[in-house]
Amino acid sequence: MASVIRNGHIVDPANGIDTSGDLYIADGKIAGIGNEPAGFQAEQSIDASGLIVCPGLVELSARLGEPGQEHKGTIKSETHAAAAGGITTLCTPPDTIPVVDNPSVAEQIQQLATEAGMTRVLPSGALTQGLRGEQLSEMQSLKESGCVVMSNASRPIGNTLVQRRALEYAATLGLTVMITAEDPGLAGDGCVHEGFISTRLGLTGIPECAEVIAVGRDLLLVEQTGVHAHFSQLSSARAIELVAEARQRGLPVSADVAIHHLYLTEMDVADFNSLCHLRPPLRSQRDRDAIRAALADGVISALCSDHQPHDIDAKLAPFAATEAGASGLETLLPLTLRLVDEKLLSLPDAIACLTSKPAEILGSNAGTLSIGAPADIAIVDPEQRWIVSDKSLISQGKNSPFLGWELKGRVQYTLLEGRVVYKAEQTQNS
Amino acid sequence: MKRDNLQLDKNGNLRHFLTIEGLKRQQLVDILDMAEPFAAVGAKTVKKAPLLRGKTIVNLFFENSTRTRTTFDLAAKRLSADILNINIATSATSKGESLLDMLHNLEAMHCDMFVVRHSQSGAAHFIAQHVAPHISVINAGDGNHAHPTQAMLDVFTIRRNKGEFAPLRVAIVGDVMHSRVARSQIHALTTLGVTEVRVIGPKTLIPSTIDTLGVHTYHDMEQGLKDVDVVIMLRLQRERMRGALLPSEHEYFHLYGLTEEKLALAKPDAIVMHPGPINRGVEIASSVADGPQSVILEQVSNGIAIRMAVMARCLGRQPDSGIESEVKE
Repeated sequence: MASVIRNGHIVDPANGIDTSGDLYIADGKIAGIGNEPAGFQAEQSIDASGLIVCPGLVELSARLGEPGQEHKGTIKSETHAAAAGGITTLCTPPDTIPVVDNPSVAEQIQQLATEAGMTRVLPSGALTQGLRGEQLSEMQSLKESGCVVMSNASRPIGNTLVQRRALEYAATLGLTVMITAEDPGLAGDGCVHEGFISTRLGLTGIPECAEVIAVGRDLLLVEQTGVHAHFSQLSSARAIELVAEARQRGLPVSADVAIHHLYLTEMDVADFNSLCHLRPPLRSQRDRDAIRAALADGVISALCSDHQPHDIDAKLAPFAATEAGASGLETLLPLTLRLVDEKLLSLPDAIACLTSKPAEILGSNAGTLSIGAPADIAIVDPEQRWIVSDKSLISQGKNSPFLGWELKGRVQYTLLEGRVVYKAEQTQNS
Repeated sequence: MKRDNLQLDKNGNLRHFLTIEGLKRQQLVDILDMAEPFAAVGAKTVKKAPLLRGKTIVNLFFENSTRTRTTFDLAAKRLSADILNINIATSATSKGESLLDMLHNLEAMHCDMFVVRHSQSGAAHFIAQHVAPHISVINAGDGNHAHPTQAMLDVFTIRRNKGEFAPLRVAIVGDVMHSRVARSQIHALTTLGVTEVRVIGPKTLIPSTIDTLGVHTYHDMEQGLKDVDVVIMLRLQRERMRGALLPSEHEYFHLYGLTEEKLALAKPDAIVMHPGPINRGVEIASSVADGPQSVILEQVSNGIAIRMAVMARCLGRQPDSGIESEVKE
């Protein structure tokens, strides 16, 4: 089907496009921008006056609940939420139940995603069997079954020899490894940043050095093994300094941060607020400022939601007994646009952090509006205000630390291969 | 924001007693003043005041305790309340019934107050956030976070021995890291305006950010005890040896145990306190614990008076509501 999106503010950072005009889609692919392709016959037209038209977002880390924890979310429910957040490609960590350490689980996830038809889902494969950090997984089989990167997810490998072997083996196969950097011994049973708040509330802290030491160790291993490594959701100023220095030396490393780390700090836990029980933990004001600076100067190349939907009971307990994680798919885009309002990023740079840059990390061709690329598109009203609430979130997980916040910017349409997979309900006040 | 309001009703009166932090000096002084006549109740033959007749109080202990539970029990009885003691091993709730389900069951039995002890920091806050509006929650110790009635009985004991708070220097010695008692004491002492609060201990047991609570840190016992008016010793849990926090009880006693020699560095009239139970020969020498400067047993009896005051206050008794006459009846 051929469609045209008319009069939009087209932003495509990968191609340096930031212009007003029409965007043409044919056969599920981008057919043209600005000038109508010869012989183009639009069967469908979307008026995007006053709206931003950009590549569909690429999310680096979204847990979907399925398989194994369907009471928290399903591939159907969470890809629907992703589409509502303008996301058209997402990478899901391997810590499902069962773990993605064999092709059948990887294939099951992709099949369920295809059936849901809302968003591309790219599984990441387990770096070690059962994520136990002992034996390597069959990475080649995982790669062949659709896993785009390898990761040990939220179970960092404590044994440095195993980590070295895993990175070497992944490098052999040309696979990128996503690393959650945390020294398991130092993190212990901590649940908040070790600092002012842990001291005040008597909660066990996770010291900054748990992340810094892990990043330091793994950068040395990257140097030795030559693996492409991506650090997921860094939280501390010191770790970011190490990554900046490594990138300057030309090491093949990149890093992302979770959007909530740009807005919240340990102080938001002050009321034992379990919605702010996150991993890595919310750190100090100084760390938050450093994350913002690193995003602005490009050391941090991508933003993610680190989406972790939870059932109500998971957050209903004394703080340390609650489960960590936030529901974030639908707040990722408006919170990123807010960084533009705050003049931290230009609009194209902000969009790049959500599209072309994460796509590059995943080795995916998504995240651009290049002619011939899949027509995965988000159409966004940058001015529409909405309040985050359990009703306004589509995700099965209502555990957003931003509940009650008024955000600006809402997705109006999401297109996957030219097909409208999400359309916002008409609102009076938009 | 919620934190401050949670303990107070809309008129600014104490509804729950969860933490000292955020309470004003006058609110603490009111509790201390209210406890004075109760301290006399214990000495009388008929040890009852009818202030809370008809009220039902539940002691909800998710963690073992003898002293605290007993003193809450006695405090409730001396105020003529009905008291129900429920001991729940933490494992029982984690296995089956959720904490909230259990609370709602108890609410259905028309109770007026929960006295809660739990191994998780924030448990009392959590319960206070979810109980029915007519129920008061008193924190009898939550994880490493707070033990506000213990801190109140400690400052009550200090006031009875020393009078004014303003000129005092107080040293808290030992495992501050894992001590809910120390955290609450620090808030109480700084709110009441003592000259200085010191914490003394090895770096493994003193949080590096403890200075943000307005205290001075000492790692050397001799320097830390110099010129102090009050020495508060904290209990050392045996499991600290296993977590690589300390090498041995022997070395700990050598460095931080309170002996007569070390106590001599404090002011000559300094008092020695301990929240109990004491590990003799680990954090304190018997000669000091039983010595003339020790007020450890006085703390225990003051605990009943303070808990009576806190219970009465949370169930709506105003500071000047003729308690003295009721007590004397």
